[in-house]
Amino acid sequence: MKKLLTAIGEYCLLIKDSINIPQKRNVFWRTFMREVNDLIINSLGLVVFTSGFVGAVVAIQMFNNFDASSFPIPTAFVGYATKAVLILEFCPTIISLVLAGKVGSYIASSIGTMRVTEQIDAMDIMGVNTPNFLVLPKILASVLFNPLLIAISFVIGIFGGYAAGMITGNWTSTQFTTGIQMYTPNLFYIYAFIKTVVFAFLIATIPSYYGYTVKGGSLEVGRASTQAVVWTMVFIIISELVLTQMILG
Amino acid sequence: MIEVKNLKKSFEDAEVLKGISTSFEDGKINLVIGQSGSGKTVFLKCLLGVFEPSSGDILFDGRPFGSMGKEDRQQLRTEIGTVFQGSALFDSMTVQENIMFPLDMFTNMTYRDKKKVVSKVIGQVELGNAEKKLPSEISGGMQKRVAIARAIVNNPKYLFCDEPNSGLDPSTSIVIDELLTYITEQYKTTTIINTHDMNSVMTIGEKIVYLRNGIKEWEGSMHDILTADNKYLINFVYSSALFKELRKTLLEKRQNL
Repeated sequence: MKKLLTAIGEYCLLIKDSINIPQKRNVFWRTFMREVNDLIINSLGLVVFTSGFVGAVVAIQMFNNFDASSFPIPTAFVGYATKAVLILEFCPTIISLVLAGKVGSYIASSIGTMRVTEQIDAMDIMGVNTPNFLVLPKILASVLFNPLLIAISFVIGIFGGYAAGMITGNWTSTQFTTGIQMYTPNLFYIYAFIKTVVFAFLIATIPSYYGYTVKGGSLEVGRASTQAVVWTMVFIIISELVLTQMILG
Repeated sequence: MIEVKNLKKSFEDAEVLKGISTSFEDGKINLVIGQSGSGKTVFLKCLLGVFEPSSGDILFDGRPFGSMGKEDRQQLRTEIGTVFQGSALFDSMTVQENIMFPLDMFTNMTYRDKKKVVSKVIGQVELGNAEKKLPSEISGGMQKRVAIARAIVNNPKYLFCDEPNSGLDPSTSIVIDELLTYITEQYKTTTIINTHDMNSVMTIGEKIVYLRNGIKEWEGSMHDILTADNKYLINFVYSSALFKELRKTLLEKRQNL
């Protein structure tokens, strides 16, 4: 219990020290752009690949369920249901969990390696505010650009569902596009993007905490990286429940 | 000048530093020596502010580090250059970016001016054409030079080096020692070096502090070591058969004179 409270306290202090005005704006801008490249642009391929295939799988499953239904459901509803599932759950949550694995392990291991090779000590001794220098660009890159990744994921997922129908011949182009044009409440989009921003913050900060506080050598960095991914996923799932109850409940 | 007054540091129940008092003068090479586990690194990290001392004080030109506020400490840290045992170069930056980093963070110089300063320092540490390379693409000796260049680029008043010769071959170690001597004279820095290297002890140690089990066992210069009467120091410095023989010869020579 004491360990848990200490960890929560350390995490809060790290966030507090991170969220400050950068010591040098031009250096911060350079670091921020590098993080956008490492955390966002480098994740684009994985997001596109996962979204396309899962969009197709969701659409096929919807079609099979509607087909097996005891009362007739118009095939156009495959498009609508796929869109709703992608907005509400798949794009913000599942893609965030995928990113927690990819980006989370990268953040924890890169900061952890800097810690064990004394690079962070070197910066501290120079007078650099290391949480601000190392963590803030990651928080901003994730919080500002993860919504863009999720929006791309949504578009690709819909396209995946559309393509599945064209390949299998289970639904026509007109049926699917009619479905996706059906009314969707704005609240669904708001809910999806609020979730994305919260998850992005968790993806950037929890692995940063594990990397920043690691002690030991490469083995400990590996362990910290695994723990960071696991706890980020746990907190994504818990916060999803809380947000769903708050926004849709 | 750095003065250390009755410095103590404990980790939970273990007292690692047991009341060390000494001083390190400007423009001199000060060596801290001792067996592994004697408290050298903890001592250096207390001086650097990485570890908070349990008691005692450290004065940087009369400014007590212990009672300094966050901003004063930040300011003092810009006057400190550090060379870590493993060099601690930033992996994602080139040699030039590593050296330029303190200038980027703590000065308002233009890129052209920074480039000029970096080129001068690169020349001083003889890094040749390595400026566009990443730390992983250069040798251990060159990494140490980059670390030294990064430590001195901001004209520090105080230079700290933790085992600058570790992992280097004897001839590269000599080059690094000569470089540190040159920099200390040139920049008039208070240089403190943690070392195991007996060649450094014999050739550049203007002041030597010998730590044993967290206590200052002896202090003096490289000239005093030969005739020192502390058996622990003698056993540590002249531990190999070759060094024992050398000491015997030097003492005989001195007696004959």
